[in-house]
Amino acid sequence: MPDSPAVAPQFTSASHRDETAELGMWVFIATEVLLFGGLLLAYFVYRHAYPQGFVTGSRHTEIVIGTANTAILLTSSFLVAWAVEIFSAETRRLTAGLLTGAICLGLAFILLKGIEYHREYDEHLVPGIDFRFTGSLANGVQLFFIFYFIATAIHALHMIIGIGLLAVLALLCRAAPSTRRRAALHSVALYWHFVDIVWIFLFALIYLPGRSAS
Amino acid sequence: MTEPNYLTADYTLRSWFFTTDHKRIAILYFASLTMFFFIGGAAATAMRIELATPQADLVSDDIYNRLFTMHGIIMVWFFLIPSIPNTLGNFIVPLMIGARDLAFPRLNLMSWYIFMLGGSVTLFAILAGGIDTGWTFYTPFATLYSNSYVMVAAAGVFIAGFSSILTGLNFIVTIHRLRAPGLTWYRLPLFLWSLYATSVILVLATPVLAITLVLIAVERFFGVGFFDPRIGGDPLLFQHLFWFYSHPAVYIMILPGMGVINELVSCFSRKQVFGYKFVAWASLAIAALGFLVWGHHMFVTGQSLLASLVFSFMSFVVAVPSAIKVFNWTATLHKGSLRFDAPMLYALAFIGLFTIGGLTGLFLACLAFDVHATDTYFVVAHFHYIMVGGMVTAYFGGLHYWWPKITGRLYSEYWARAAAILIFLGFNLTFFPQFVLGAEGMPRRYHVYPPEFQVWNVLSSGGATILAAAYLLPLFYLGYSVFFGARAPANPWDAPGLEWQTSSPPPEHNFDVQPVVTRAPYQYSRKFEAKPQNA
Amino acid sequence: MTQSRPSLQLVAAWLGLLGLLALTVTMAYAPLGAANAVVAIGIGITKAALVAAIFMELRYRDALTLLFAGAGLFWLGILLWLGLMDFLTRT
Repeated sequence: MPDSPAVAPQFTSASHRDETAELGMWVFIATEVLLFGGLLLAYFVYRHAYPQGFVTGSRHTEIVIGTANTAILLTSSFLVAWAVEIFSAETRRLTAGLLTGAICLGLAFILLKGIEYHREYDEHLVPGIDFRFTGSLANGVQLFFIFYFIATAIHALHMIIGIGLLAVLALLCRAAPSTRRRAALHSVALYWHFVDIVWIFLFALIYLPGRSAS
Repeated sequence: MTEPNYLTADYTLRSWFFTTDHKRIAILYFASLTMFFFIGGAAATAMRIELATPQADLVSDDIYNRLFTMHGIIMVWFFLIPSIPNTLGNFIVPLMIGARDLAFPRLNLMSWYIFMLGGSVTLFAILAGGIDTGWTFYTPFATLYSNSYVMVAAAGVFIAGFSSILTGLNFIVTIHRLRAPGLTWYRLPLFLWSLYATSVILVLATPVLAITLVLIAVERFFGVGFFDPRIGGDPLLFQHLFWFYSHPAVYIMILPGMGVINELVSCFSRKQVFGYKFVAWASLAIAALGFLVWGHHMFVTGQSLLASLVFSFMSFVVAVPSAIKVFNWTATLHKGSLRFDAPMLYALAFIGLFTIGGLTGLFLACLAFDVHATDTYFVVAHFHYIMVGGMVTAYFGGLHYWWPKITGRLYSEYWARAAAILIFLGFNLTFFPQFVLGAEGMPRRYHVYPPEFQVWNVLSSGGATILAAAYLLPLFYLGYSVFFGARAPANPWDAPGLEWQTSSPPPEHNFDVQPVVTRAPYQYSRKFEAKPQNA
Repeated sequence: MTQSRPSLQLVAAWLGLLGLLALTVTMAYAPLGAANAVVAIGIGITKAALVAAIFMELRYRDALTLLFAGAGLFWLGILLWLGLMDFLTRT
């Protein structure tokens, strides 16, 4: 496996460099946890204040699309993990192929999300733009949908960044699968899995409540 | 000159603005922060001039609101938070740990560009007409009522936040992975422990501010949002999120200052820091406990009584590690061979002023007293004793201490001591009267006040004049030294830290030979023969 | 011969995640009252732990990496605990 010739002078070896990069990625993920953490606090505070409104709002979300998107994202994470596992010079085509698969699944996720947004717009459920919901629960439902749109939009933004990074990695791995690329792929994979984990929780908080009560 | 140092290696603009050398990036930060410091200072000066008389004669109420907001935003996010970490930290951290650079040099440069972008956006908001919410952006005023440039200023702060996160990330990883052989955790100079603790806060608190500002932007832009009481939203949720960042941010500002004081006190009393391990762990304890106290900003807001009790109790607890540090510095001075060079004057000033600021913080942590003192000048005086009396003083102390290393020149000791003494006097004259004003009940953030408060206000404004002049002094004598100062030797203080074992200014690659550390820091002796950490 | 098939545990994790997804959606329709929320979050935590341990390879990492991964969660806990304390105990 060809290695990049020079290691930046602050590192003693390529493995030193790569381990440092991975540590950096974990620090970044800790940062991201707290970014979504602020939203989570808001969610729990308002769910506590408006339990019925949140259940009702939740029942207005598209659980079919939500479930499909969860499966799509879990599968794309699996493909990325697979690509990391088999990464080598001989398998570079397969690696690039797996990453391309993950990218396609990511795009499918975004597409479905767009369809979902559109349906919610048609149902007048977009606060600030077109929100019509009457009755005593209107406030709680509106707060729920504000959370829904902000959280899923920020998550989708992370997805788009992740898709871009995966695309760059797919091209790079195809061209020259050095150990340096391996470290980069590893970092991007960590990021992608993290975005997956965020969605796992958003799914549980947004789509699942209130399904049993009829 | 035989070998070029990092300053003489290249003279082109390109070599500065595209540099990945941590030392040059530190200089870039230093120049930008100096600019922001004087912009924020100008706003404060205008406020103090207005407050010299009870009536409104210089500015209207609206302009006054914009002045204190600008002062707060610029000073907090564009001076205090980046001050020591991004200038002195950037320069000294790799030198202190015997490394060639930070772990991610390009990220470091990017962090400066992000910082400047955030700064430019904020300056634009100020030039376009200003913002009148106070630096705290409290809702619903900031989102539903204010007619000023809230969005632009919030965007500037939001962008600058990423610079903080990247710097924190870089420091954490660097201190973990790039230490010289033999440099174990307990051999690290305490400045590094405090910067590490600072970085933990930067990385974990700043994202919460980012998401809070996003929520504000959404609410303001769409006219509907999370904190909007009209639809049952809770403005207190904003305060919780904001102070989850902004209280730990106070420790972002003071911890690096404490770190500098360790170096100064130890060097100029020619002794090891008393109780090294206690001071080291106190830094991390402050970083962790500092996250548990934010509700003490909200005692009078209608927060639940239980929450207030817990936050009050935790606020007392966080004072313990801070007190450990003060006691240990004092014990370090005890029977030391004291030298009153300019950095030491700043360090001694820090210890006194920080103690006053910290103890009055305990007053404010008491629920009953806080009800009386909330939003009075008592609070203003308290946090200025920490932020200005503590942090800015430590910043100047560190700047003087490492100036010979950074520039390779010696400044005028006479003028440096004069400035240190003037700053100390001017500072106390400015802010001590504000304790009295606050205790007597004068509220903050007003441009007019009843005539009986005038005596104390005049004293404060007079002190501010002295303070402003004193802060301008270093600009002249430090600036003069860069061009005409005597050449500095490699180790003018005879200090054992690794940063003093290379030439002044250091070569681009920091060390000719990779240092190997063999002993604990601060092995000073009375007769100018400190044992270097690497010999 | 270089490996090109995914390891068994990777496939098992993937199938397990999909199974848990099916389980959580099914359970959401079971009338469990307040327990519905607990089940949903509990299964969410299990899925997240699977992703972290296997996909993110945390199982093979040293204590330092685990510490870094845990720090974010620990501070998230502080935010939720002290933040919610106010709202849950208001009178």
